[in-house]
Amino acid sequence: MTRHVLGRLAATAFIAVVIGFFTLPMLWLAAAPFDDTPTITVSIPQFTLGNFQAILDNPYAAGSIVNSLLQAGGAAVLVVVLAALAAYALSRVHVPGRDLLLYLLLLMSSVVTGTAAMVPIFELATRLGLIDTHLGVILVVSGGLLPAAIFILKDFMDETPTSYEESARVFGATPLQILRHIVIPLVRPGLSTIGVWAMASVWGGFLFQFILLRDPEKLPGSVILYTLYTEGGAPKLDLISTFSLLYSLPVVAMYLLVSQRYGFRFHGGIKR
Amino acid sequence: MTTDAAGLGKARASAFVLPALALIAVFLIFPALWTIYLGLTDYRLTGLAAAQPRLVGVDNYTGALADTRFHTSLWLTVLFVGGSAIAGQAVLGFTIAWILRSRRGPVRRLVEGVVLLSWILPSSVVAFLWIALLDRSGGTLNALLGTPGFAWLLDYPMLSIIVFNTWRGTAFSMMLYSAALENVPPSHLETARLAGASVPQQLRDVVFPLLRRHILTNLLLISLWTFNDFTPFLLTAGGPEGRSEILPVYVYNVALRGGSLGAGAAISFLILLINLIMALAYLRLLRGRRRSQEAAAGGPPA
Amino acid sequence: MRRVFVAALAIALTACGSSTPAGPESVTLTIAANSIEGGKNSESAAWIKKWVIPEFERTHQNVKVLFQSSGVEDEQYKTKIALDLKSRTGADVIDLDGIWVGEFAQAGYIKPLADVGGPAVDTWEGWGQIPQAVQGLGIFDGKKYALPQGTDGRVLFYNKTLFKKAGLPEPWQPTSWQEIIDAGTKLKAAGVPIPIQINAGTAMGEATTMQGALPLLAGAGAEIYADRKWAGASQAMKDVLGFYQQIYGGSGLGDPKLQQEAKGRDTSFAQFAEGKIAILAESDYFWRSVIEPKAGVAPMADRDTAVGWAKIPAKQPGAGIRGQDFVSMSGGAVRALNPFSKNGKLAWELLAFMHSAEAIKSQLAGQVRISSRDDVNAEVLTADPMLKFVAEEVLPITAYRPPLAVYPQVSTTLQEATAAIVSGQAPDAAAAAYQSKLEGLVGGAANIAG
Repeated sequence: MTRHVLGRLAATAFIAVVIGFFTLPMLWLAAAPFDDTPTITVSIPQFTLGNFQAILDNPYAAGSIVNSLLQAGGAAVLVVVLAALAAYALSRVHVPGRDLLLYLLLLMSSVVTGTAAMVPIFELATRLGLIDTHLGVILVVSGGLLPAAIFILKDFMDETPTSYEESARVFGATPLQILRHIVIPLVRPGLSTIGVWAMASVWGGFLFQFILLRDPEKLPGSVILYTLYTEGGAPKLDLISTFSLLYSLPVVAMYLLVSQRYGFRFHGGIKR
Repeated sequence: MTTDAAGLGKARASAFVLPALALIAVFLIFPALWTIYLGLTDYRLTGLAAAQPRLVGVDNYTGALADTRFHTSLWLTVLFVGGSAIAGQAVLGFTIAWILRSRRGPVRRLVEGVVLLSWILPSSVVAFLWIALLDRSGGTLNALLGTPGFAWLLDYPMLSIIVFNTWRGTAFSMMLYSAALENVPPSHLETARLAGASVPQQLRDVVFPLLRRHILTNLLLISLWTFNDFTPFLLTAGGPEGRSEILPVYVYNVALRGGSLGAGAAISFLILLINLIMALAYLRLLRGRRRSQEAAAGGPPA
Repeated sequence: MRRVFVAALAIALTACGSSTPAGPESVTLTIAANSIEGGKNSESAAWIKKWVIPEFERTHQNVKVLFQSSGVEDEQYKTKIALDLKSRTGADVIDLDGIWVGEFAQAGYIKPLADVGGPAVDTWEGWGQIPQAVQGLGIFDGKKYALPQGTDGRVLFYNKTLFKKAGLPEPWQPTSWQEIIDAGTKLKAAGVPIPIQINAGTAMGEATTMQGALPLLAGAGAEIYADRKWAGASQAMKDVLGFYQQIYGGSGLGDPKLQQEAKGRDTSFAQFAEGKIAILAESDYFWRSVIEPKAGVAPMADRDTAVGWAKIPAKQPGAGIRGQDFVSMSGGAVRALNPFSKNGKLAWELLAFMHSAEAIKSQLAGQVRISSRDDVNAEVLTADPMLKFVAEEVLPITAYRPPLAVYPQVSTTLQEATAAIVSGQAPDAAAAAYQSKLEGLVGGAANIAG
């Protein structure tokens, strides 16, 4: 009995520490945007909303968040749709060398999305006429996200029981109908998780967005955040902290919405 | 599991895979091959070598392999992956999932919420948050601990980025494990507990054998991601004196700051090979385990 | 269904991405600059959008001018411009840092102005207004590749309040390195936490080279590149590293950790503004944009009364380059023409227009900077004593970096040498390591002056 009580106590203490650990760094984001003269130090702000006025006066700030939504949202949709189709097929039909292929692509994606592939990606986009288009950004980043998305989703699909599909097939449903009406609802938490994951990955991306876009009206928030410096490279903390807050809100909202509506899980194991 | 339940057939299955594969081929495989080619040249972004890049064969590779900076960087990356992905994210993520497994209500939602928030926030924003936390003169941590002027990022750069990355990425492991833990039949744990097994014994004898596949998949993914994570650059820029220059930062410094795109491409390919070895090791573990599991269960699981 | 969806997505996205095509008879010119409204170099971006473009379009009926603004870290902007030019696209008029001219020219990314803009280039009225040294910012291999926009100069800023506390004279003008150290020692004794900040180490990047290593090297009588040879581990180099050691090697005159921090330079600005740093080597940018009372990033309300400035002395009087008593370093941005432009002559007209006296005066309305033109400077700089000082006292004694492709790597090597001192190495060892790295970069000892 004492062992049990001690265990509960230890668990509670652990939870408190975890909450503290994860919350502590976020204090700055809660304080600095409202501070008259924000510094890197977290302090009780000399309260002002002037920073929000200042960031709204920036001609690109608000639009950049819309651009982020377009690019990250577009990429998330594309990744979820293509990955779901591919993962389903790969899960249900045995293709020789399938696992090896997936692993190789996964490895490639983690390396190629870095600095070294910058020149090839840029040249490719130039020849395909994708420079300075939202579509170019979406296609390039999606290419990098797809292998991991397929990998995770395939795991999901592997764990869903095939019995429903079999009965649907008996009743004459086509494979696409089966996918849409039976498989998708079963793996919906997985799809929403991949969607949020893809969106969050693109949301913070800088390098490709920056080299692929030209018109400042099309730049996403991640690039605009890096323009809030002086000519000598010193950060304008009032604008940066405020913009950071505004620019983080949509992804957080997206997560809350998606997890409320569709659930948010990283693994199959549906409850029967 | 690989039975064709929906009657897809090979042709339709290919049609399902094709769009994704096409996108991957154009925007991933093609640039990857090009990068491998660049790695064989002395290509630079500007200067004479930009106008007429020369083929230098494996010089970039031998150069990198002989460079002590590369060795240091590789070792730091191993520390980073071991410390932040395996010991950090996976262990912390599992512990949180384990402790929360029987809880419902606001506490669970709060914990999951803050852990997920740190995963979702954009990396540039997160970098500012951590600089504010660890700053020498005005950092929150020094104010809390009463250690004014303690330079975390300079005196303990690796520890700083390891703790940072644990904070950043625990959410993935936590979610994966908490979903997986729901698949462990409560009756198994109950039986073990009644038989007098302690928590470590329950974990070892009941939970881990059931979750092996999830654990290894998780480790593989987070190791790969951590190995190629560039975000620590925003905290320490690889410094001081290269003491936190993990491989992605090293590539950035060589390719973009130093302008040697050829050498940078070669190092990237080396990283790919190292990742391949890492993945093969995990896969071997996964296969070995699965086989022994199947043998123990007397056949493949239904 | 799926295909239709993807295609629709594609169309929707390209549709909102495409700009309105110019009419058949009209010509479009594009300006690219590393500035953006509301962000980095905001004033300059606003000037291009609100003054240059309307004014130029007014006098050129069929020309449409677009502005491609960036406003990010210089290194990233450079990457983007280089990628554009490499694939033979990009803007017609392009902002560059003067130090990139050589590597861009060698890569074939830019061509001499006259090759692109035609004979009108050589007869431009502005050449007579730009001092020869400043023109050098856009010159490579004896040819004019770009027009300089303006320049700057490095001085020692000091906090008069702290100087008074330490019993030091005001105005202060050291005439040797020893006098800087002496002042630092007195400041230390008076309780100033960080008496001297001379940028060092790799974390500060080019700021270490420009504000620290190069002016000191000039003060020890050597240029980083002269007579086709790079400065090696000479006595001058060892003197420079020795001076760094006097500051960061345990004397407490400087803060070694600050040099290693990723955001150390920003912190040094804040600490100067807070009165924790007494002497700081910086360019006039520090005065204009950092401690500027209203809009600075580390504003000092009492800047005009509390901050003084002095020329950077040579090691001893007369020991500097060209036998000078005082030294400085300068840099500056330039504008070049895109050799792949479809309308080179018109692009030159736009470029020349942007560098006319009228245009520069309009750009400087409300803010004071040192432009490239003497006629404008004579009018504008009277408003600010600090910038007037730089224009009159510092620019005549200053030096420029060599516009060569290998320079950025040499600069990094110099930073590494100062970093070694900061982390406790001896000057001789750091100089030797510098020499061997330099040999690898510039093609052997033959290209190095001992």
